[in-house]
Amino acid sequence: MKYMLLIYNDPTREPAYGTEDFKQMMGGFFELNTRMNADGVLVAGEGLKGIETATSLRRKAGKVETMDGPFADTKEHLGGYYIVDVPDLDAALRYAADIPSANFGTIEVRPLMDYNPAG
Amino acid sequence: MTSPASGAVAVTKALNTLARDDRGRLIAALISRLRDFQLAEDVLQDAMLAAVTHWSRSGIPASPQGWLLQVAYRKALDRIRSRKTHDRAKESLIVLSGEEAAETDAESIPDERLRLIFTCCHPALEKKSQVALTLRTLGGLSTAQIAEIFLDQETTLGQRLSRAKAKIAASGIPYAVPDIDIWPERLESVLSVIYLIFTAGYNAGPVGGKDLAEEAIFLCRLLNRLHPADAEIEGCLALLMISHARRFARLDPHTGASVALGDQDRGLWRRDEIVAGVALLEQALARRSTGPYQLKAAIAACHCEGESADWPQIALLYNELLQLEPTDVVRLNRAVALAEIGALDVALAEIDRLETALEGYQPFHAARAELLSRTSNPAGARCAYDRAIALTQFEPDRTFLVARRDQLAMR
Repeated sequence: MKYMLLIYNDPTREPAYGTEDFKQMMGGFFELNTRMNADGVLVAGEGLKGIETATSLRRKAGKVETMDGPFADTKEHLGGYYIVDVPDLDAALRYAADIPSANFGTIEVRPLMDYNPAG
Repeated sequence: MTSPASGAVAVTKALNTLARDDRGRLIAALISRLRDFQLAEDVLQDAMLAAVTHWSRSGIPASPQGWLLQVAYRKALDRIRSRKTHDRAKESLIVLSGEEAAETDAESIPDERLRLIFTCCHPALEKKSQVALTLRTLGGLSTAQIAEIFLDQETTLGQRLSRAKAKIAASGIPYAVPDIDIWPERLESVLSVIYLIFTAGYNAGPVGGKDLAEEAIFLCRLLNRLHPADAEIEGCLALLMISHARRFARLDPHTGASVALGDQDRGLWRRDEIVAGVALLEQALARRSTGPYQLKAAIAACHCEGESADWPQIALLYNELLQLEPTDVVRLNRAVALAEIGALDVALAEIDRLETALEGYQPFHAARAELLSRTSNPAGARCAYDRAIALTQFEPDRTFLVARRDQLAMR
């Protein structure tokens, strides 16, 4: 089963660049990536640039409305994601718990929809 | 000679006994094979209905459980075939083939209930849904009975159960006993469900003929049997046994009011059950793997082992519990214990600090009122009693608190 691990965090609570905590965080991501690859579960994973770079749009009566900023005005923003292919939710939760951002943000674990009935 | 009518009565009786004693085990075995909660429940229901007709005609089979399982499997095959979702059906049929002929006697049905407990109490489900699902699948309570406990409409509770079962399937919650790395977190979730069922029984009394406190003890015993030699499971069971032993002393027979632990008629306590609970606790403690349930059981034991409560020991145990469970409720209980050993001022100062956090918590105001009534502040005590009474849902507690408040005037 494929799961998306959505990484939400509050940029003000993230370790600052150059600090010991930052180094540790990056080390944690590196370790996790290596392990996911070795386990053969990693389908995809990316970090996102900050919300100051975000642009949102919606279509109203056929007309595109473009706006500066992210979709929701909350403290914690989507900062990146992984997609893993694992047997069950517990396996997905285990990887999610090892994402360094779990220490200061929230990881949401969602199964991907399966559009192919032949699976 | 038996008449058809008495035969039907015997069949109904046998099925009722099976539904009560074996439903959890049968459901667990079916889910294990079918990987589908709803389907398992539906086909067991089908099999029970089929049994009414078949057993009335040809007698109760040698292994009713085996018969029910076999028929339920066959009903599941029928349902899967008629669904025509080819691939899922194919997959399920592979799992099912070869099962039909096997498992005729009850002993050979593998007990899969440990997996079922952990699935029902998976933290990815809402707590209330965990409780409802556990009572439904392992306790065999009806949806109507569970709705009564939660003061919900039956349809609302039914929808809650359906949502939970749908999430188990859609989010891939495993039907498995958790591995060692996540065991403590998952066990905590299971034990908290059992404890919630127990306390619901304390407040709700029997629901539709089911005593929830006994249901919780049944579940905890089952857990202890399926996963023996676990200190926290034993600790939790000991806590339930010791608390339950006081059931006949909890209410005043004349006024119906709750009776404070220290004022209970100890002659009404079930000594044999306390002794059994304490023995189990000692066995748990000897495993040298301490945990919150063992500490809570030890506190319960300190309340009722000697002639009166051993408050110095209780205060120490709350200190220890606070290390493992640093919650405001534990701080409140420790404050009460401190007051009992003479540190009334320290206790009241701690209670003042907890005010914001526990504003909406009835026992907080009840404890504060009790402690203030021992000082020269009856007005403060009265005020706290009023607040506690306003927050009380449970009638015997209200009667008790009103009586305590009214005694203030007479002191």
